[in-house]
Formats: sequence, C-alpha cells, structure tokens
Amino acid sequence: MTTPAIELRGISKAFGPVQANKDISIRVMPGTIHGIIGENGAGKSTLMSILYGFYKADAGEIFINGKKTEIPDSQHAIAAGIGMVFQHFKLVENFTVLENVVLGAEDGAMLRPSLAKARSQLKQLAEEYELNVDPDAVIEEIGVGMQQRVEILKALYRQADILILDEPTGVLTPAEADQLFRILGRLKEEGKTIILITHKLREIMEITDTVSVMRRGEMTATVKTQDTSPPELAELMVGRKVLLQVDKVPAKPGAMVLEVKNLNVTDSGGVHRVKDVSFTIRAGEILGIAGVAGNGQSELLEVLGGYEFGKGEVLINGQSIDLTGRHSNGQTRRERGIAHVPEDRQREGLIMDFMAWENIAFGYHHDPKYQKNRLFMDNAAIRDDTADKMQRFDVRPPNPMLQAKSFSGGNQQKIVVAREIERNPDLLLVGQPTRGVDIGAIEFIHKQIVALRDQGKAILLVSVELDEIMSLSDRIAVMFDGKIMGERLPEKTNVKELGLLMAGVAGEAA
Amino acid sequence: MDLLTLLQVLDSTVRMATPLLLACLAGLFSERAGIFDIGLEGKMLAAAFLAAAIASVTGSAWIGLVAGIGASLVLAIVHGLASITFRGNQLISGVAINFFAAGITVVVAQSWFGQGGRTPQLSDGARFQSITLPFAESLSGVPLLGPIYKELISGHSILVYMAMLIVPLTWWVLYRTRFGLRLRAVGENPAAVDTAGISVVRLRYSAVLICGVLCGIAGAQLATAEPAAGFIKDMTAGRGYIALAALIFAKWRPWYALMACLLFGFLQALELRPDLITNVIGIKVQGQLLSALPYIMTVVILAGFVGKAIPPRAGGEPYVKER
Amino acid sequence: MEKMPKWADIFLIPLVSLVLAAIFSAIVILAIGEDPWAAVKLMVKGALGSTYAWGYTLYYATNFIFTGLAVAVAFHARMFNIGGEGQAMLGGLGVALVCLYIPWPHWSLALIGASVGAALFGAAWTAIPAFLQAKRGSHIVITTIMFNFIANALLVYLLVNVLKPVGMMEPATSKFPKLIQLPSFRDMFSTADTIMFRGAPANITFFVAVAACVAVWLLIWRTRLGYELRAFGHSESAAKYAGINPTKIIMVSMLISGGLAGMMAINNVMGEAERLVLNAVEGAGFIGIAVALMGRSHPFGVFLAALLFGFLYQGGAELALWTSIPREMIVVIQALVILFTGALDNMVRMPLERLFLGLRRKPAAKPAAAE
Repeated sequence: MTTPAIELRGISKAFGPVQANKDISIRVMPGTIHGIIGENGAGKSTLMSILYGFYKADAGEIFINGKKTEIPDSQHAIAAGIGMVFQHFKLVENFTVLENVVLGAEDGAMLRPSLAKARSQLKQLAEEYELNVDPDAVIEEIGVGMQQRVEILKALYRQADILILDEPTGVLTPAEADQLFRILGRLKEEGKTIILITHKLREIMEITDTVSVMRRGEMTATVKTQDTSPPELAELMVGRKVLLQVDKVPAKPGAMVLEVKNLNVTDSGGVHRVKDVSFTIRAGEILGIAGVAGNGQSELLEVLGGYEFGKGEVLINGQSIDLTGRHSNGQTRRERGIAHVPEDRQREGLIMDFMAWENIAFGYHHDPKYQKNRLFMDNAAIRDDTADKMQRFDVRPPNPMLQAKSFSGGNQQKIVVAREIERNPDLLLVGQPTRGVDIGAIEFIHKQIVALRDQGKAILLVSVELDEIMSLSDRIAVMFDGKIMGERLPEKTNVKELGLLMAGVAGEAA
Repeated sequence: MDLLTLLQVLDSTVRMATPLLLACLAGLFSERAGIFDIGLEGKMLAAAFLAAAIASVTGSAWIGLVAGIGASLVLAIVHGLASITFRGNQLISGVAINFFAAGITVVVAQSWFGQGGRTPQLSDGARFQSITLPFAESLSGVPLLGPIYKELISGHSILVYMAMLIVPLTWWVLYRTRFGLRLRAVGENPAAVDTAGISVVRLRYSAVLICGVLCGIAGAQLATAEPAAGFIKDMTAGRGYIALAALIFAKWRPWYALMACLLFGFLQALELRPDLITNVIGIKVQGQLLSALPYIMTVVILAGFVGKAIPPRAGGEPYVKER
Repeated sequence: MEKMPKWADIFLIPLVSLVLAAIFSAIVILAIGEDPWAAVKLMVKGALGSTYAWGYTLYYATNFIFTGLAVAVAFHARMFNIGGEGQAMLGGLGVALVCLYIPWPHWSLALIGASVGAALFGAAWTAIPAFLQAKRGSHIVITTIMFNFIANALLVYLLVNVLKPVGMMEPATSKFPKLIQLPSFRDMFSTADTIMFRGAPANITFFVAVAACVAVWLLIWRTRLGYELRAFGHSESAAKYAGINPTKIIMVSMLISGGLAGMMAINNVMGEAERLVLNAVEGAGFIGIAVALMGRSHPFGVFLAALLFGFLYQGGAELALWTSIPREMIVVIQALVILFTGALDNMVRMPLERLFLGLRRKPAAKPAAAE
C-alpha cells in the first residue's frame, strides 16, 4: 500500500465558543484529486487553513508523505511542499505577476537575480502546464481568471507537490472553470496531489477521484467518487434528504411594477459595469438574474437600491425614479416601495455591532411608528416590533437585545429578510439570499420569497447559485460582462444553456 | 539679493531640511510597511533630549547619538507593541507617544539638570561640528561654483551628509532588495506576505525599528549638531508633523521626500530671514504665513488638487488573519 | 455569545488601564527621586482638599468635558478629530469678538451669544477638514493636525497685528466689559457668612458643560441623527445601503465636534481670563482625546474622565508648586492614559476576555459559523 501524500489525524479547532473542526481524520493518496465538499460553514476552509499553517490546530497530527510534520506557519507548509490557492486571492495588487511570484521565494538579498530566474522559470512552467501569463502585467489590471493562474504559478514556483484550491470556481465562468479543470488534470498527470474544496456537487463528480464530506465541523464520510451520486452526497452534506425543489404554483403576473430601460452604470473607478440593460417585472412574478459573480449584478442591485448612480430610465409602477441626483438614495427608494435584501448582509444588510432591535429599524429609522415625537425615536416601540418579527420569522434566539454578530448566518439573514419583507414592498430586491446560510434557513427564506410573490409583489432575485435561480424564478435573465445575454423560462431551459450564456456565448434570440 | 545671501539661505535650507528628511524617511519605512506613524515628533523629541543629555554628560556627540537612537527605539517598540502585537489604533498610539515624549523629556531634564527642562550648553566636543570639505577654501575663488561649494555644500555636520546619503540608500533598499519588496508588499497586502511564508510581524517590526533609528538621528541632529548646542523644551516644534506632511507630499517615495523636505526647509529658512522676502518681492510677508505654509500646502495636496496622494493600501490597519 | 459581560467592558477595562497608567506614573516619580505616595496625598489635598481646590479642579474639568465630548461625538461616526486644540483656539476668537464688539446688556445674554460664537467658530474650523474628508477622502486626522498649526499661526497673527490694543506689549485682546463677567462659583455658592471657592476660576460654564453632556447623550442614543451617526461609524457600507448620506454624517458629526471643542472657550476665555491671550487652550484640546478614550465615548464616562483629569491637572499644578515634580508630569500621565486605554486596549482586553471565557466555558452547542 502506498503512503498517503497527506494524512490528518484527529484535527480539532475552535474559534472561541465555536467548534469549527471536530476530530477530523483524512488520508489523501498521491497523484489524485481529492474533493472536500460541505455546506458553507461546515469547516472546510478552516481545515485546509490548518494544513497550510494559516491557523494552528488545537489538537491533532499532520503527516506528509508518511512523515509527521509540524506546520506552525505557512513557511513550514511551503517547505513541506504544500501550496494553497485561497478563495480570496492573496496577491499584491500593484505588483507585477513576476514580483508576486517571487515574493517570499527570493534567492538572495538582491532582487534582480531572483526576478531574472523567476522569469525563465515561469516560461518553463507556462509551457509545461498551459499556464500562460504575462510576467510584467500588473495584478490589478488582469482578470480574475488570470489572477488565479498567478496563484497556481506561485505554488508551482515554490515546487509544491500538494495543491489545495479553496472554492476555485466561484469567480469563474463555466468555460474558465473547465479550463481550470484541464490544468488540474495536467497537474495530476505530473504526479501532483490536489485537494479541491467546493460546495458544488457537479465539480466533485466531474473531476475528483475521492471525496470527503464535511458537516458542522465533522467529517461525515470519505468515498470513491465513482461509487457515489449527487443525491447521496447532498444527503451526507446536510444530514437528511434534501428538497432541491421549491413548492410553488405557477405565477399569475399582474400589472407592470418595474421597468428598466437602457440602464448603464459606471463605477467610481470608471469601469463600465452595467451596459444597456433593459427588463421588466410584473406584480406576482420572480425574475431571476443568473451570472458569474462580478458581471454587473451587484451594481444593478445597488442602482435599484439607491446607492450607486446610473444612467437610463427606471420606472416603478409607471413613474420614473431618480438615478443620479439628490433623490437617488436608499431612503427615497424605500419610500417608493422598494425593499432590498442586499447581497452581503455583514457588510451592508446589518450593522454587526448593533443589537437586533437597532437592526430592525435599519433603513426604516425614519418610520413614523418608530418615533416618539419630532425629536426622539421610540426605542421601546422598535424593540416590541423586533420581538414580534423575530418570533414570526423564527429567529433564534429571539432576543432583540443581542448584537447581530452573535447570531448564526441563517438567523442574521432571517433578521434582514424579516425587516424587508414585513415592509410589504411593491418590489423586493434580493441578492444572494442564501449565501452562507444553513439548509433549514434556506428553505424558510425561499418559502418567504415565494409567499411574497403570491401576494402579488414583484421580486428581482440575483444569485450566483444556478440551482436557486432555477427553482425560484418565473423567468431567468443571464448577465455577462454587464449585459443581459438573454431571457429564458426555467421550464424551457437547462443548466448547460444557461452556463453558455453566463460565459458570454449568446444563444438564439430569446 | 546677492549670491552670498542666496547661498546663506540655501545653506540654512539644507540644515533645516535635514531633521525633516530623516524623520520623513523614517515615516516612509514605517508607512510603506503599513504602520501609520504620527509619533515621529515624539520619537525625535525624545532622541533630541537623550542625545543632548548623554553628550553633555559624556562629552561625546557620538555616544549621545547612540543614546538618542536608543530613546527613539524604545518609543518605536512601544508603537510596535501597540500597533503590531496588540493590534491597537496606530493613530492613538502615535498621539500617546508624542505626549509622552513632550512630558517625560521635561520631567527628566528638570530632575537631572535643574535648568527648567533644558540640558546644559554643549561644549564643542559634545556636539557634531561643521565639517569643512577638502579644498573648500582654495576653490572659493572659482566663480559661482567656488562659493557654492564652500558655502552650500561644505560646512555641515556629518549627520547632514548622512541624511543625504540615506535617500539613495532608501531607494535602493526599497526597490532593489528582497527586504524592500517584502516591505512594500506588507504595506499593500499583508495576507499575501503571510501566505507566502513570511512573518508579517517580524517584517513590520523591522520597519518600525528602522523608523526608530532614523528618528533618533533626526533628534540628535536637532539638538547636538552645530549650530545647536543642547536640548530645549519642545524643541521639535512640530517638525514631526511637517515630516509627515512631506511624506504625503512625496507620495511615500524617497527622492520626492528629499525634494519635499528641501522645500519645507526652505520655507523655514525664509521664516528666519523675513527681511529678505521684503527686499526681494517688495511686500512684507507675515512670518506666520510662512510658518503655516507647509501645513496649508499639505492640506491642498491631501485635497487632491495637485495629484492624488494614495497611501499604502493596508496602512493603519492591524493585520488579523481573516476568519 | 458575548465574550465578556458588559460591566467588565465598561468599567473593568478602563479601571485596569488606569491602574497600569498609575503604576507607570509612580515609577517615573520614583525615578526622579520623589515619593509617589506623598505626591498622591499632595495632589488629593491640592485638588480636592478645599473649595478653592475644587474650584480649580472643576474649572479644568469643564474644559475637558467640552473637548472630551468633541472627540467622543466624532468617534461615534468613526472620525478621529485631533483638531480640538485648534478648534478651541478659534472658539476663543469667536468668544472674544462676541464679547468685545457687541454691547451686551447682561451677562446671561452675553453667555448665550458667546456660546453661539464659540460653537460657530469652532465648527467653522472643522468645516474644511470635514468637507475634504467627505468629498475628497483626505484623511481627517492629518488635516485636523494641520489645522491646529494653521490656527496657531492665525491667532498669533491676529493677536499681534489686529486685536492687540495700541500700546500694549503682550499679544492679547483688551479686557471684556465688567458687565458681562460670568458668575463664578464664589458668586453662586457663597453665603453671607462663608465665602466658598475664593479665588477659584470655576464658573457657571460648568453647568453648561453638564447640560452639554446630557444633550450629547440624547443626540447619540435618542435621535435619528444619532442613530445614523452611530450606524455610519460602525459600517459605512451598510450606512450607504440604508440611505444614510455619508457626506451629511461626516459634515454634521465634525461640525458638532468642532462646535463642542470651540465652546470650551466660554469657560477659559470668558469665564476665567476675560480676554483672549495666546495659547489660551493649553493643551486641553488634546486632553479631550484621553478623556474620550477613558470615558468610552459615552457622555457620562466623559464627565467622569474629565473630573479625573481636572483632578490630575490641578493636583499636578500643586505638585509643581511644592515639589520638584514639574507640571509636565501631567502630560506624561495623560500620555500613559491614552496609551493604555486607547492604543494598548487589547493588551488589557485579551487576557480579561480569556479569563471570562474560561470562567463560564460550558458545552456550548453553537451552530458553527467558521469559514
């Protein structure tokens, strides 16, 4: 029997009161691709960060090629032949590709010889693994796919034999992802060991040899990929049978609520993010916007939500709203009946240091029912309202005096959803409603969104999760590079067709 | 205005610019590594005091210099502890250091020398004297170049020449060495440095310590290099802040730092000779306006009306491994 | 789950920091050959031992309440206003102009006028840094520092060249009219038989300062503006999502901050000196930073911390009078308080957090959110 390239024995790690990894053991054979799958928050990234020396485990042992190895920091991980490509790249934005590759792996105190050597090595690596990158390009000027290659090159330059990739396809189009998988295949042929962390079943089935499943900080199973199936993996991930479909009756679209005509958005950095986008949503229907992250969906939500400026025309119930001037802000949008569950609840939707009741008033703090008189707010009234909403949305623990940061991701999201849905808006903007949310809360939130639709409200749903788009939407629009590539009906399309649109390959006219 | 007067003004420009320049380069190392330092003033002040005190006790300017650097280093380590180890607020730490230095120098000076917070007058051996460069006298007859050499280039203390040499040295370290690459990286994205297997903490401490050494030299120049002859209460008089302003002016680059400091040094030199301005441009310019000018110019620069000053991206933020 | 109880966060941490600052101060005093315990006794007697002593302590505390509140209000919007010194100088200018050039019929009206003048001038001096921060992203810390120096130069210029009465040597304005002299504590509290607060500068402004504490508390925790200010301070991105206008919050918080710093001048310029002199602020603007940090940016905390610093200031003056410990010792103590309560907060906090976590560690079945 061959020795495993990596063996972890009994790894445990707690962050304060949160147990992120519980007694985890795993063996990865050399020259294989090993997948680690699990929900957000299952502890996958923590485990890999421990292997890379980024965090220190509370207990447990690591063996590399059969040898017990201490990895107190990344330097030791690199020395042990481990390379890691983080979900959020660790690149110096205003350095060149070459400087980024060399950083930390210089040959001597002088810079020039190191750079010269790296330049020739990069050329070699590029030929060997089809990893072409211009060494003199500055990181902030190249695309994310390129940046990811730089990260892989960094690892290879350090002669990594073991490569860990954390959710590598999150920022890639399906086509770019396929290319990445081809590269990983080449690396495997060359005898490298690869660990792929993902929450996407499709990727696991497509490329891995073996797969380990994590749930709530524990390793629940390790199986050969060919011996398993997506439903089985899904069940292992969440611990019970999963309803991948949302129960809903066909939509009964009513009057026009939102009309967007030739909307353009240029961000503060001068980048043209949204290009000539037009669409409509009627009362009682959900329009889903699919697309890889970073293709203009965020900016679209921000403009509609009132905190990014745009050009073009947007009508709510037939009346246009201000997109550039003094009346273009979150307050006026709320007054016009637009509610917004933002993409990033920790950065935008909530103030993590505020208590739950303060967050329930957030954005609606001018509401007359929250005021005692013209001068002062009525904090008691807000607290009562919060207790009521927490109960109806099953927020646990239902304590208005707790800070937002002390709730779990799912309960945080429920606070945001409760606040926005309970406003009974004409139009609800929803961005990534279930990102980092446990399965139970996902089902609850999906039900709330569908219920709001059935009350005759218009809903704009933006999500990078195709499954979510497919199961919730009444119509699907796909965004790529700031443009809407086409609209489809969920029952008349499939993942493959949407994937092509997401990659910018236009199909036949919608 | 004749050539000689001009040279005199330029001569005092160089002298005035030197402590600014050293402090500015000190700040450059620290801030390029992502540690904001508004405590340059305090470090300089502490160094000025201890350099003068020890020089007056031992009679040696060099021992004084070492002591000054030591004092500055102690405060640098405090700043490092606060902003690196304990991830505190770097601005608040800098403010504390400035006050600490402002108070402790007088308290100790008073208890030590009993002269109302100053050190005794330094004898010649206890201070850095002006160096006359070779041939300064014999070449003085050469038109134009001769006087420039004699009046402007020759006749400064060794610390002035050192400061001028530290400019290219800083440039070289920053852009031509491994340490420089890492230093610039850690100020932009410490996570990249950390995952590349380099200790962020060690790197940032080295930057903060270099900053301490340079502030130490700056303080020593202020108190123990001719024509100075000892420490006076509050003698930095805001120079640390002007150096900070110069750093912003220079957009965190070494050669530009030299120019910015020379410019601000020139303004200070003019402040000493208000008669000159009146003579040259014919109107009386308020001394207060001249002394406020560096600050006003910095505000204008910060406002982005003369090119945007973008500080190192990770500046001011303590590095916490993300969770 | 909270890492430690709220009372520990609010009281224990500042207390431990304070003790640390005290220990280091004692070491300094020992090092210069004085007896720390005797120094403390002298300070207590000199700052609290008589109504005269209290009159000075409360006078200083009044200054620090204003500057502390100024820093605290800005802190809530995550603005660091180091410009209190310059704003208080300008506030003094405002007070002087109001008192010298408007013929007030009574001190009470003059007090209102001077308050408005002080607040307006102080606020005006923050307007440019605040605007540059809001619109151009210029770092408010640097610009407010620069404005301190500019304020100083401006005041020197005005006092020397414009406001100084002809024939006077000292750069200062002439005395304010007797008619608008503010009632001192002596006027207010002395009875026919006993004279209290004799010769001490504490005056009615103290009560204005207390009222300012209450007003700031109401503003921060009871009004929509305060809510928006805190929201912005905690998360700028979230504030934008909620439709809170960043420019407005930066401007308003800084103007209020500058106004409060400026209002200090009704105490030191109108209440005490009764004319504007150079360097009237005497570092009180900077002490505001220590006071706000110590008081956890809460008006009640600021009030307590201001009393403490008033005590230190007056006690320090007594020390300088009777021992060889110079007045600058107070600057050292102030620096140590800023260092321990502000910059080294985590040094105190982390061990305490661990302590509390250890005390109540129980099998917490928390949903893991660790990625």
